[in-house]
Amino acid sequence: MKRLIRIFLTYGIRLAALLLAVSIVSFVLVDASPVDPVTQYINGLGTAVSPEQRAEIEAYWGVDTPSVERYFNWLAGVLKGDLGESSLYRRPVSDIIGERFAGSLALMCLAWALSGIIGFSLGCLMGMYRDSWPDRILKKLCYLLSSLPTFWLGLLFLLVFSVWLGWFPIGFSAPIGVLHEDTTIGERLYHLILPALTLSLISFSQIALHTRQKLSDVLDSEYVLFAKARGEGKWTILRRHGLRNILLPALTLQFASFAELFGGSVIAENVFSYPGLGSAVSAAGLNSDVPLLLGITLFSALFVGVGNMIANLLYGIVDPRIREVGE
Amino acid sequence: MIRINRRKTTVIYAILLATALLLIYAFGLLIPKDALAGSFQEAGLAPSPAHPFGTDALGRDLILRTIKGLSVSLTIGLLASLIAAVIAAVSGIAAASGIKAADACVSWIIDLVMGIPHTILVLLISFALGRGLKGLLIGIAATHWCSLARLIRAEVLQLRAQQYIMVSRRLGKSGAFILTHHLLPHLMPQFFVGLVLMLPHAILHEASISFLGFGLPPEEPAIGIILSESMRYLSAGMWWPAVLPGLTLVLIVLLVDRMGDCLQRILNPVHAQE
Amino acid sequence: MEQKTDTLLELHDLSVSFRMYERGASQRELTVISDLHLTVRPGEIVAVAGSSGSGKSLLASAILGILPDNATVRGHLHYKGEELTAERQQALRGTEIALVPQSVAYLDPLMKTGAQADGHKKPRPTVRREQLFARFGLPKQTGRLYPFQLSGGMARRVLLSTALLTDAALIIADEPTPGMSTEQAVEALTVFRELADDGRAVLLITHDIDLAFTFADRIAVFYAGTTVETAPAADFKEGPDALRHPYSKALWRALPQNGFTPIDGFQPVAVRLPAGCLYAPRCPHKTAECEEKVPPVREIRGGEVRCYRFTGKNGGCDVS
Repeated sequence: MKRLIRIFLTYGIRLAALLLAVSIVSFVLVDASPVDPVTQYINGLGTAVSPEQRAEIEAYWGVDTPSVERYFNWLAGVLKGDLGESSLYRRPVSDIIGERFAGSLALMCLAWALSGIIGFSLGCLMGMYRDSWPDRILKKLCYLLSSLPTFWLGLLFLLVFSVWLGWFPIGFSAPIGVLHEDTTIGERLYHLILPALTLSLISFSQIALHTRQKLSDVLDSEYVLFAKARGEGKWTILRRHGLRNILLPALTLQFASFAELFGGSVIAENVFSYPGLGSAVSAAGLNSDVPLLLGITLFSALFVGVGNMIANLLYGIVDPRIREVGE
Repeated sequence: MIRINRRKTTVIYAILLATALLLIYAFGLLIPKDALAGSFQEAGLAPSPAHPFGTDALGRDLILRTIKGLSVSLTIGLLASLIAAVIAAVSGIAAASGIKAADACVSWIIDLVMGIPHTILVLLISFALGRGLKGLLIGIAATHWCSLARLIRAEVLQLRAQQYIMVSRRLGKSGAFILTHHLLPHLMPQFFVGLVLMLPHAILHEASISFLGFGLPPEEPAIGIILSESMRYLSAGMWWPAVLPGLTLVLIVLLVDRMGDCLQRILNPVHAQE
Repeated sequence: MEQKTDTLLELHDLSVSFRMYERGASQRELTVISDLHLTVRPGEIVAVAGSSGSGKSLLASAILGILPDNATVRGHLHYKGEELTAERQQALRGTEIALVPQSVAYLDPLMKTGAQADGHKKPRPTVRREQLFARFGLPKQTGRLYPFQLSGGMARRVLLSTALLTDAALIIADEPTPGMSTEQAVEALTVFRELADDGRAVLLITHDIDLAFTFADRIAVFYAGTTVETAPAADFKEGPDALRHPYSKALWRALPQNGFTPIDGFQPVAVRLPAGCLYAPRCPHKTAECEEKVPPVREIRGGEVRCYRFTGKNGGCDVS
C-alpha cells in the first residue's frame, strides 16, 4: 500500500511538472502569434467600439503588461480553476471544456473500447492462425488502414452511410465549430456512431498487429511448448497462457495511445461536425480564441498524461514480476 | 547468390518507386497556373475522359489540381521530414554525448512533445506562426523527430562503446574528429532511412492540418484543402472530389511507405530484419 | 521390430530433420536426429547420454509430437506395441507420457507455480501436489510464488512435480538435475527409481554420464543425433573393455576419474553430416567402409551397437 502511494506521488509530481512545462510552451507559442487577440475579440463583438471601450478591453487582456507577468496572471487563474473567458463563445473556458469534454469523452470512450476489443480479438485470431491466408490478408489490411488519413476515411463514411445509404445524418446543420446546444441525447448518440467508427478503425490496426506479434512470441515460447507437452489444446493454451501474457501489454498500449486518440478525435469531430473538444480547438485556433486554445491544450496534455500514468501504473500493479520485486 | 539477387531487386524496386514519385512531382511543377483555373461552364462535372477526376464546384479540373496538390504535399512532407531528421540527429547525438544534462534535457523535451496530442501541437505552432507554410513545416517537423532521435541516441551510445572509437579517443583524437570520422558515416544510413520512413506520416499530417484549415491558404491546391472543400458538396451527391483525390493521396502514401521499406532493407539490413 | 509387445516405447530408425527456408525460394534440410534406435521397457530407467548440443532435447519433442511445424519425422515410433501416430501422441501427452522440461523458461512467467504444477486437467491434484512439494523439501508457500521467484533448484523440483502428478507410464526427463543440490538430485532420482520399480519407465536425457551410470538401468550413448551404443549400466561401471563402440570407450576415458583423456576433433554439425558412420571422422579405427555406409545396429552381449569394426570376437576387444 505504501508503495502504491509512493508510485502515485512520483507520477503525480512528474505529471504536474509536465503540465507546467506545457503551459509555458503553449503560452510562449500563443504569445508569439502575430494575430492580435484584442482585434479578434472586438471583431467578434460585431459592434463598433469606442476608443475608451477598446482601452478597457486592452487593459483586460493586459496588452501593456509584460508577457511574463501575463503568464503568471494566467497561471494563477488556472490554479484557481479560472481559465479565462472564451472570445469566441463569450463564456468561461472551463465551462466550455467541461461541456465539450463530455461529448469528446463519449466519442473517445466508444472508439477506444471498440478499437481495443475488436483489435485485440482480431489480433488473437491472427496470432492463433498466423501465416494462414486469412492472417496474411488481415495483416495487409491492417497496414493499409494505418496509412489511411482519418479525415478521408471519415469522408468516405459520410458519403457511403449518410449520402448514399441515408442511414446517418450529415452533421452539416451547423457550420464547423459552432455549438450544437439544442440536441437531445438520442440525437447525440446518433451523431456519435460514425465518428466513433472512424476513430476506432484508424487505431485498431495498431492494437491488432501488436497483439498478433505478442501472441506469436508467446506461442513460440518454451512454456507453451511445455503446455503442449502436457496435453493442453490450442484454445486451452490461449486461455491459460496466451491471454495471461498478452492482455497487459495490449491494455498498456491502449492507455498509452491517448495522444493519438485525442488527435484523431480533433479530425473526426471536424469531419462530422461533432460538438466536442476537437471541433472547439480548431474553431479556437481559426478564430484566435487564445484562452480557449490554451485551455484545451492544457487539458489535452492532462488527458494524455493520465493515460500514460495509468499505462505505467498498470505494469507496476498488475505484473507480478515488477510488483513483487518492489515489495 | 540469392541474397545478391534479392538485394538487386530491392534496389530496382526502390528506384522504380522513386522515379514514379519524381514524375508526379515534376508533372505537378510543370502544370501552369492557368490550367488550374476553372470555368463556371464546367462546374461540378462528373469524371469523364476529358476530366478523369471530374471538376469541382468552381469548374477546376480535379486531376490537375490533385497532381499539383500531391507535388505540394511531397515538397512539404520532404522539407518537414528533413527538418525533423536534422533535429533528431542533433538532439540524438547531443543526448548520447555523455553529458548527463543534455541527455536529461532531450528526453524531457521528447516527453513534452509526446505529452501533447500532435494535432493540437501543430495547431498551436501554426497559430503561433500565423498559419501558412512556415507554421505547417515547423509544426510537422516539431512533432515527428522524437522516435528517430531516440534511435540515433541508441545507435551513438552503441557506437561509442565500440573498441575502435575508444582507441581513437585514447590516441587523443578530438571529439569533433571522432564525430565526423567515426560517428557520422555510421549514422548516415540510419538518418536517411529515418527520413524516408517519416515521409508518409509527414504527408498525412500535412493533409490533415490543411484539411482543418491551419495549413496552406485555401487557394492553394493542397489535397487537404481539396478534400475540405469537397465536404461542402458531399450532400449534393458530388462524390468525386472526395473519393478520387483522397485515393490518390493514399496511393502515394503507400508508395512512399514501400520505398522506405526498400531503402531500409538496402541501407540497413540488420534493422530491417527485426 | 521384435519384442514389441513387452516394450513400452520403441524407436526404430528415427530421423528428425528441419526444413530451413533461406529468404526466397531455396530451402534445405537440416538433419538433427538420424537413424536412432531406442527401446524403453516398463520398470527401467534408460539414460540417453551425450554431450550438450547434440539434439537430445528434440528427441523428447519427437516422442511427444511437439516438434515445430517445419520438422519432418521419419522412422517408426511405437508405444505399447502400437504405432505412435500424431493423434495418439496428442491423446497420450500429459496422461500416458509426461515430460520434465529442462529449465524455468518452461514455466509460464505470469502463473503461480502451484497452479502450473496442478495443470489444466480437472480435478486439480492440489493435495497431492502439496505432499510432493513437501517431499522435495520445497517451502510451504512455493505454490503461491511466481517462477521468477524460484531458485534454479526449486524450479527443477517444481518441473519434476508436474510430471509426477500425472499417472504417466513413461516419464521423459530432460536434464532434470542441474541446479539441484546433491541431496535434492539424489531424492529426485530416488523418486524415479521408485516409479520404475512400480512398473513405470523413465527416459532420462542427460549430459551427466556419472549420473547415468549410477541410476539408470541402461545407457544409450548419443552422438551427433544418433545412438551409437546402448549398453547395460553395469558395462559402463566395468570400463572400456566391456563397452562396444569406440565413442563410448573414448567417452569413458574422458571422464575425470578415468584419466580425463580428451577426444580429438569435433562433433559434426547437422548441416554437414558424414555419409557413413557419424563417428568415422574422429574414429582411430575407421575403414573405407565406415566412411561410406551407415553401419547397421547389431546386438552384441546384451547391448546394441552401430559399428563395423566391433564384432564381439576375441573377447569383445577387437577395437580398443
